Amino acid sequence: MANKSVLAEQRLLDVKLGDLPQWFAKANYSPKGVLGAFQRGYQRYFNKYINVRRGGLPGISMILTAYVVASYYFVYDNTKHDMWRKHH
Amino acid sequence: MMMSLFNTFESPYFLGFPLMIFIAILISLTMFIPDNNLLIKNQSSMLASTFLKTMTKEIFSPIKKSGHSWALLLMTTLMFIFLNNITGLLPYTFTVTSQLSLNMAMAIPLWLGTIIMGATSQPSHSLAHLLPEGTPMTLAPFLIVIESISIIIRPLALGVRLTANITAGHLLIHLVSLALINLTKSLPLLFLTFSVFILLLILELAVSFIQAYVFVMLVSLYLEENLI
Repeated sequence: MANKSVLAEQRLLDVKLGDLPQWFAKANYSPKGVLGAFQRGYQRYFNKYINVRRGGLPGISMILTAYVVASYYFVYDNTKHDMWRKHH
Repeated sequence: MMMSLFNTFESPYFLGFPLMIFIAILISLTMFIPDNNLLIKNQSSMLASTFLKTMTKEIFSPIKKSGHSWALLLMTTLMFIFLNNITGLLPYTFTVTSQLSLNMAMAIPLWLGTIIMGATSQPSHSLAHLLPEGTPMTLAPFLIVIESISIIIRPLALGVRLTANITAGHLLIHLVSLALINLTKSLPLLFLTFSVFILLLILELAVSFIQAYVFVMLVSLYLEENLI
């Protein structure tokens, strides 16, 4: 609570649990802010897992696994008729 | 059993919103690894940039210098088609290049661009392409009609070729996997079908690159005809 003025610039993982609603209220929801959030997230992932000297396969595999899981969620309504048991 | 074999070719919806365009954009943005023009690159960027430079040289070395300004556009198209084809092979994913709408949206502007470029800068030269050298004059009317039809068919052929190849490959994989699921009784037949399945997968990996390359190579040929 003492550092309210810099709350909006803190990353989400550094914010204390009690301050969370205030962080959401002060976050930048303009298009530029949203774009900046996506850019920061992409750069974090890229520089941590892909922009290293060796090791390209695990970095891309994590993204592909997340993509497969998300695709399963989106096509679930079509594929639930193909299941062999009614209740799992 | 599958409800119908063509169920997987419908665009997925989320909250009533079609996701096809998001998938197409997201795959191109995230799966392509940029190299930021560094001298010492990381492993993945090295792979991507070597591949891209080899492909650019392959496709653009037979083309005159004035056509090299099309390199960025055509290489982007190549990477777009290739990445979308490859990620469509993962389980439960939706392949956006299997939709005719997307492929025609790529083929028609590229072809029309070459036609307009040739027709406005050198109209008589591009019209002269309709009649090859040394044909007897009696054949001339028929040949011109046939050549015009072949020019008009080109974007349709470009789009439908890509759609049909990708759709047919995915359909074959679905059919063979349906056979595999039901074939647990006889072991030799199971091994045979499984090896067919593996070979089909390898073929699909190759086809995903080959179709992208053929698409861009044909557009570069149409470009070469219409350059100054």
